[in-house]
Amino acid sequence: MSVALTPGPSSAPPEQDVPRTVVSRASASDQVFRGILRSAGIAVLVITAMILVFLVLQSMPAFRAEGFRFFTTSTLNYGTNQFGVAALLPDSVLIALIALAIAIPAGLAAAIYISEYAPLRLRRPLIAVIDLLAAIPSIAFALWGLIFLMPEIIGTDSWLARHLSFIPIFHFRLTFSPSNFVGSSFIAGVVVSMMVIPIITSLSRQVFSQAPQGEREAAYALGSTRWGMVKTVVLPFGQAGVIGASMLGLGRALGETIAVSFILTPPTDVFNYHMIEGGGNSITAEIANNLLEFSPKGDSFLLAAALTLFVMTLLINSFASIVINRSRSGAATEAD
Amino acid sequence: MPENKDATTAAAAAPAGPEARVRITSVSAAGAATVAGSATAALGLTWVLYERVLPFSGVLGFWLSWYAIFLLFYGLMAALQWDRLEATSRVSAVAFGTGGALALAIVVAIVAYTLLKGSTAVRHLSFLTTSMAKSGPLLPLSVGGCLGGMVGTLEQIGLATAFSLPLGLAAALFLAEVGGPLARPVRTIVEAMTALPDLVAGLFIYVLFILSLGFFKSGLMAALAVSVTMMPIITRASEVVIRLVPGTLREASYALGGSQWRTVWNVILPTARSGLATATVLAMARGIGETAAVLFTAGFTKTLNFNPLSGPQINLPLFVWNYVHNEGDIPADYARGFGGAFVLVVLVLALFTTARLIGGAAPGEPTRRQRRRLRAEAARA
Repeated sequence: MSVALTPGPSSAPPEQDVPRTVVSRASASDQVFRGILRSAGIAVLVITAMILVFLVLQSMPAFRAEGFRFFTTSTLNYGTNQFGVAALLPDSVLIALIALAIAIPAGLAAAIYISEYAPLRLRRPLIAVIDLLAAIPSIAFALWGLIFLMPEIIGTDSWLARHLSFIPIFHFRLTFSPSNFVGSSFIAGVVVSMMVIPIITSLSRQVFSQAPQGEREAAYALGSTRWGMVKTVVLPFGQAGVIGASMLGLGRALGETIAVSFILTPPTDVFNYHMIEGGGNSITAEIANNLLEFSPKGDSFLLAAALTLFVMTLLINSFASIVINRSRSGAATEAD
Repeated sequence: MPENKDATTAAAAAPAGPEARVRITSVSAAGAATVAGSATAALGLTWVLYERVLPFSGVLGFWLSWYAIFLLFYGLMAALQWDRLEATSRVSAVAFGTGGALALAIVVAIVAYTLLKGSTAVRHLSFLTTSMAKSGPLLPLSVGGCLGGMVGTLEQIGLATAFSLPLGLAAALFLAEVGGPLARPVRTIVEAMTALPDLVAGLFIYVLFILSLGFFKSGLMAALAVSVTMMPIITRASEVVIRLVPGTLREASYALGGSQWRTVWNVILPTARSGLATATVLAMARGIGETAAVLFTAGFTKTLNFNPLSGPQINLPLFVWNYVHNEGDIPADYARGFGGAFVLVVLVLALFTTARLIGGAAPGEPTRRQRRRLRAEAARA
């Protein structure tokens, strides 16, 4: 792509043909053009930095008042201005983990099916379905989860509570009435998982479809079945991509707001990992429900919680993107 | 000699004509019947156990049990018919296939449920032609509607696209055409920003413009917040499309003495046009449903506000949020919320279909419309 040619060796004997030294400088208009493009690239970095700076500025009052206790306080009291992100973060992580526990197997199965098993005629429509799943507004998921899924899932919830209560996360300490199952972290996690599936599926499908053709054919030539080929060629090749896609899904699940705040009902006590007991909270739901509702100090705390969430997702997503780009062979050098 | 020998052995091995091609993806009658048989058997057993014998309830549990029993039956029937290797392969194929089917089922369930529940409100024509200005939670559905939200959504998505398309496209051109040491961090941040929590984008605009600079909540603020979430999506998708433009086209342009600016403007962008349009429309479909980003930026109003620059301007996601989440358990408000979601889902589906129609072709390949025009010109000539 670069126009400049490398100068020929100057030490060549004079009777030989020497490539002419060509120095091609970008014209003034090109330099302006490149400058504009470069500033657009820088703008992305500036916006990210500005998000950080302004959230830090606004959350200073909370940090100043609480200090390091901000990260350890697990109570949330707007009246006495006692709050810490430890009251919200564990539940956010719990919901994200539930979502991933469902979305990773389902998303991977869909990705493998689309890239390896689906007939060619079905492949494009299925990819479109995954894209559409990503484009459905989260508020539609939220309505569906609140009005349709919540009553339907309670039967499953109570079965888990009755028969699997020896597993700590399914332990249920309340009385068995439907209202005690409503608005739990588990239901929120199930709905969030549906929004994470398209991310995991589309990214890992891209990685799977880049598995080298030669190795696939070699596996078949050695007598492998299709599953054997997938297990020995496609999955090892796509391993890093799958990890990256799952991390990107984790970032998305941590940041999901609308469905979570529709479904969760405020908890009666502090965080617990008993996920099917009704009541739960998350950083995003708390912000969506309570920002601008209480004191300026409470708002500052909520913005500090948002800052925590932003830094976490930015780190997770950046790492995921680096992992995915490593796994894609030659994507970065293709154009040069 | 070898020719003769080959001919004789081939004739001996396959007397009935040429060798049949081995098809590794064939659907055999036995395979299809096994899938259908186990699915039906599992359905029957699940119904008997779940609905009659055991004290279970709930649609979700029913289908979970059905799926577990189905896989069990299918595994048993496969083990009876085929050897271990092939049985494993077939069971895994069915398990992966259900992943694809699950994605399809979720899309159908959500779209169909929203359209079904929303139709109670949308059936009243006034729902699409009036705002909520003269309506209240206790008034029937025939009074008031989501016109204010529709106007807001369309104006805000237009503004957001106007902000994010130039910037996003320029950033994509920077990554694909200029490059350099800065490209790598920019690409990493862009990819990280595609999964940025929408809530944070909204809070950023709220903190910067409303808290710090003293603006008021308006459609413009909402559009800015949505464009923060749309820009990385446009950049990422456009970069992929621009990279697909063949390098030979670029070199041809340079060889003819074109500057980089001319090459991008006259060769790369026109070649990648359909892909770029698809990327933009898909980003619009994502942006139009943004709820968290507009929660603290658009403001709430019951009246119809055509001016995105001043005064609060509601949009469809916020309309749904407000009537379902904020105001108690009033049936009419739930119906209004679903009505708003109906309109929103229809808009998203329309945008999505548009994206599929204009796009899909590889760069340089003529689109369906261009092909029709070419055919018409050829017929005329």
